[in-house]
Amino acid sequence: MSFMQLADEYQTFDFQGYFASVTPEAVGASLARAGQMNCLDHRDLLNLLSPAATDFLEPMAQKASALAVQYFGRTIGLYAPLYISDFCINHCTYCGFNSKTDFPRTRLSLEQIEQEAKAVSGLGIRHILVLTGEAPAKTPLDYLEKAVALLTRYFSSVALELFPMDEDDYGRLNKAGADSLTVYQEVYERDLYREVHPKGPKSDYAFRLLTPERGARAGFRALNIGTLFGIGDPRSEAFMAGLHARFLERAFPYVEVSLSLPRMTRADGGIAPKNLHSDTGFVQTMLAWRLFMPRVGINVSTRESAAFRDQLIHLGATRYSAGSKTDVGGYSVPSNPGLEQETTVQFEITDTRSVDDVACMIRAAGCQPVFKDWEIF
Amino acid sequence: MEDRLILGDQSFSSRLLTGTGKFASKDLIAPMLEASGSELITVALRRVDPKARAQDNILAKILDSVTLLPNTSGARTAREAVRIARISRAAGCGDFIKIEVITDMQFLLPDNHQTLEATNILAKEGFIVLPDVMPDITIARQLHDAGASAVMPLGSPIGSNQGLEMAAMIQRIIDTSRLPVIVDAGIGRPSQAACAMEMGADGVLVNTAIATAQDTALAGQAFALAVKAGRMAYISKLGDQSATARDSSPLTGFLRG
Repeated sequence: MSFMQLADEYQTFDFQGYFASVTPEAVGASLARAGQMNCLDHRDLLNLLSPAATDFLEPMAQKASALAVQYFGRTIGLYAPLYISDFCINHCTYCGFNSKTDFPRTRLSLEQIEQEAKAVSGLGIRHILVLTGEAPAKTPLDYLEKAVALLTRYFSSVALELFPMDEDDYGRLNKAGADSLTVYQEVYERDLYREVHPKGPKSDYAFRLLTPERGARAGFRALNIGTLFGIGDPRSEAFMAGLHARFLERAFPYVEVSLSLPRMTRADGGIAPKNLHSDTGFVQTMLAWRLFMPRVGINVSTRESAAFRDQLIHLGATRYSAGSKTDVGGYSVPSNPGLEQETTVQFEITDTRSVDDVACMIRAAGCQPVFKDWEIF
Repeated sequence: MEDRLILGDQSFSSRLLTGTGKFASKDLIAPMLEASGSELITVALRRVDPKARAQDNILAKILDSVTLLPNTSGARTAREAVRIARISRAAGCGDFIKIEVITDMQFLLPDNHQTLEATNILAKEGFIVLPDVMPDITIARQLHDAGASAVMPLGSPIGSNQGLEMAAMIQRIIDTSRLPVIVDAGIGRPSQAACAMEMGADGVLVNTAIATAQDTALAGQAFALAVKAGRMAYISKLGDQSATARDSSPLTGFLRG
């Protein structure tokens, strides 16, 4: 069984009707059951994501926070993204790398990637997330393999956020040294998915949806998934992402599963977000996920503001990106030859603090920043 | 009375083993060690960064008087565990190695089969191998034959603080094992540590309960006292239990023959 069957089942589910029917008593009952692994079911997750649950945020936070401490301790892992190419053949209506957006595209040479690696590892970062747009002709597999192998010399863990591939290609990248895979479905509602991905390979909903499963079978030890808040209805999208994470936890027990909850920010050529996820909604999503899956990792990116991220430390988050640059060559410009021109970011960074500043904030919050949590042994 | 825990060629006066994970700050580790008197502390090699600055270097936070017990946390296979152990030794972390091979990321339960395989290899290479296992008398015997220096059955899932969920199985290992038995994982309260020691365990390893306490040094001390009390109770051979009342002044005590 793949996640497609569950996803199909929920395409016709009346989310709004269910959410409207949730009573405070139902939320209270779900919350009371929370605290053990797998003690909450799909209905409980819906209850905790419902409007009625917004009146329970504080008790949800208390329980979620205690669970995070129990399973992860008072630690926050740190990582940084590294964009190596912004060429893209997709037409995603919300993305700055959209193929229709006119800007000078860049693909880093291996020498330039090394410059970037030196710059990021010099900040103390040991976990790197490598990103590209989707343009296999510009970033073929052998180029990616070489890039991964090079990065393993500078980082103890190399995660990928590339375009979906088949199992064999992932196997080759895993062999080259990449150990984890990030892929966001962006939006689980199929009709909406079709609308915002009108052309390009990304328009294949099913191929994207089943990417984490191919990644797990190919040997990646960690999977990170999520939905891009700002496209679909936040509550039902949060539910589908949670359901997807639990499916992966059970189907691949040897894989570490984590969730991200990126919110759309402004991007060149991109549409404005249709469904803004409020700060309250964001927190409610985090708490509901933590209560539903005590062991799941929860990543918070620099899309969120510094002040907001400071508060999320105690609400169940486990990993933060820090010192992020979302443009190609962003870490070593202007010292990187050939990259002096102004580059285009995939999305805007909101928390612009340095890695040291983020680490200081984590310490001040009574937690330990963890720069290294795995090694490619 | 000399009562020391012998592991490989080393002996320890404290039977409380501690851990380094989950602390709010690495700076809390040394005071915890001092307060608890723990002489053996486990550290995940995956978190050791030789290039880290002093303030982020976990090895710099461990007192010189304390023996390092590197662990293979993160390993999913025997092969990975063996590689981690060899890297650990090459990095100067000593000959101790705690084998952790986990293939269930939800409950973090050890994989006994992979653990035995790694123990077989590493014991032959001269490591002092302390394997973390699901409590099972067969695996305890096999680990002895493989050259392990102790067996470390879990009390309950790692980090769960649920105590000795596996008490009956652990007792069988204690009763049959020729290796020291150190209960690892799940101990959340000093009373549970004392209970494990009363049962006859040779030691306990406590991490989450100490590392996530509000006062980690005081928690370390509390566990140390509990371990000592439990050990003393075990050695003293406490009276057995009875389902019925027994008068402390028997009515027939006057009879002499």
